[in-house]
Amino acid sequence: MSRLWLPRRRHLAEGLGLDRRAFLAASLRAGGGAAAALALAGCDWKGPRAAQSLLRSAEHWNERVERKLFRPGARNVPSARAVAAGAKFPSYFIADELPVWDEATRGVWRLEVSGLVGRPQRLTLDDLKLLPRTEARLEHFCVEGWSAVAVRTGVRLSDLARHVGLSPDARYVDFQSFDDGYHESWDIESAMHAQTLIVYGQDGELLSPEYGAPARVYAPVKLGYKCTKYLTRIVFLAERNGGYWSDQGYEWYGGV
Amino acid sequence: MANLRGGGFHAGSSMSHVERRHHLIVRITHWVNALALTIMVGSGLRIFNAYPAFARKGDTFCCYPFEGHRIPEWLTFGGWLAGARNWHFAMMWVLVVNGLVYLGFVYLHGEWRDLVPRRGIVRDAWQMTRFYLALRRDHPAQGKHNALQRLTYFCLPYLAIVSVLSGLAIWKPMQLAPLTALMGGFVWARYWHFLAMLALVALSLGHVFMVFAVDPYSLRSIVTGGYDPSKSPEARNARPFINLRARPRPEPPGGGDA
Repeated sequence: MSRLWLPRRRHLAEGLGLDRRAFLAASLRAGGGAAAALALAGCDWKGPRAAQSLLRSAEHWNERVERKLFRPGARNVPSARAVAAGAKFPSYFIADELPVWDEATRGVWRLEVSGLVGRPQRLTLDDLKLLPRTEARLEHFCVEGWSAVAVRTGVRLSDLARHVGLSPDARYVDFQSFDDGYHESWDIESAMHAQTLIVYGQDGELLSPEYGAPARVYAPVKLGYKCTKYLTRIVFLAERNGGYWSDQGYEWYGGV
Repeated sequence: MANLRGGGFHAGSSMSHVERRHHLIVRITHWVNALALTIMVGSGLRIFNAYPAFARKGDTFCCYPFEGHRIPEWLTFGGWLAGARNWHFAMMWVLVVNGLVYLGFVYLHGEWRDLVPRRGIVRDAWQMTRFYLALRRDHPAQGKHNALQRLTYFCLPYLAIVSVLSGLAIWKPMQLAPLTALMGGFVWARYWHFLAMLALVALSLGHVFMVFAVDPYSLRSIVTGGYDPSKSPEARNARPFINLRARPRPEPPGGGDA
């Protein structure tokens, strides 16, 4: 397969790779009037630090609210009139180069399901396809503000969890990839939602590399950046494990 | 601020007494609102710039002529998308709590009487418009606020409700799916949120313009609470930029504190 060299996309608009302090500095520079007043009131880094801790406690508060709002029975049902995105479905990725699993050098792709489970497994794509299949037309919500409708085919994570004997101690799950260290961890409630899928098909075809082949996470309960593509490991954990974008300042919870 | 009633006669000025116009709670919530709303609009525009369009991917959108055009960066707040989102989702609580404190206060304290439309509001608003357009010479009689102000201030809580509901529908299109459906879906919820913001910004800009062009003396009332009725737009017969200065006027017959 020829390598697709694409420019570094402005994923999540402008993933500048800033840390929290840098984005706050950027916030305060960009904000003009009100922000400048805040920064001046602080005189040095105290202003921004105060704002930083304020924003962090707001994020914790919001996570509590979002977890209260979470209903396992909620279902995403796109309107019948909603046009499917098809080839217009955006295909962002993190690395400069489109991640493609090369069997010649890496061997057969396997999805490791491990951590707090009774029977850890390393599943091939064929193994995945043998598990109960779920297919649904779902709306994808991106942190940028767009949404897109596609048909997703895959395995419910809750079915997979039963398959590997999930321990009740698992409160979080980390979805890891071969895409430049990309990963995102989730709360177990969202992970066990009936529309949280390990997807290997989109719009009736096998997932293509642009959309995260061989398999990716997809769930309408989370924003797109929480749904790791190019999946290699699903690790059930007792503690949360951050994530690629959540470590840079995006909300860890990222619920929809 | 001392109440000058009964003793406030200054050489060279007309009889003037300062009345208490805005309660401390109104003044605090006003300025908290001004700051929080500014940050909300700026961060909201920064969030919008991450996808400055309304169409669902693969679809088109009927009703926004600037699909794909970013808002000028200097109007935005938050620096980057995550920063803007963090500010937006923090400030929304300040704005909502502040708004509830204000509404609760004006309801319990009686100020709502100065804000709800009275009978004949449409006729009075038309007369104010005629006055501002110089189709009428004398300022229509008014109480605390003129008819145009009343209509504007009365609309604001409803715009706030639309903003909050459409905002919730965008934030939680899955968990609050019925609310999002009520808005016409995720795409339309974003549109209503945007339009409500535009309306709030337009009314706020009009408000600020009128403060400086017609009634700069009201700034005092929203800072210290004091207002000198002898300098009211009605007393000055003030239109935008006309009769901005308060001139000594003859004492009204039988009036004053003498």
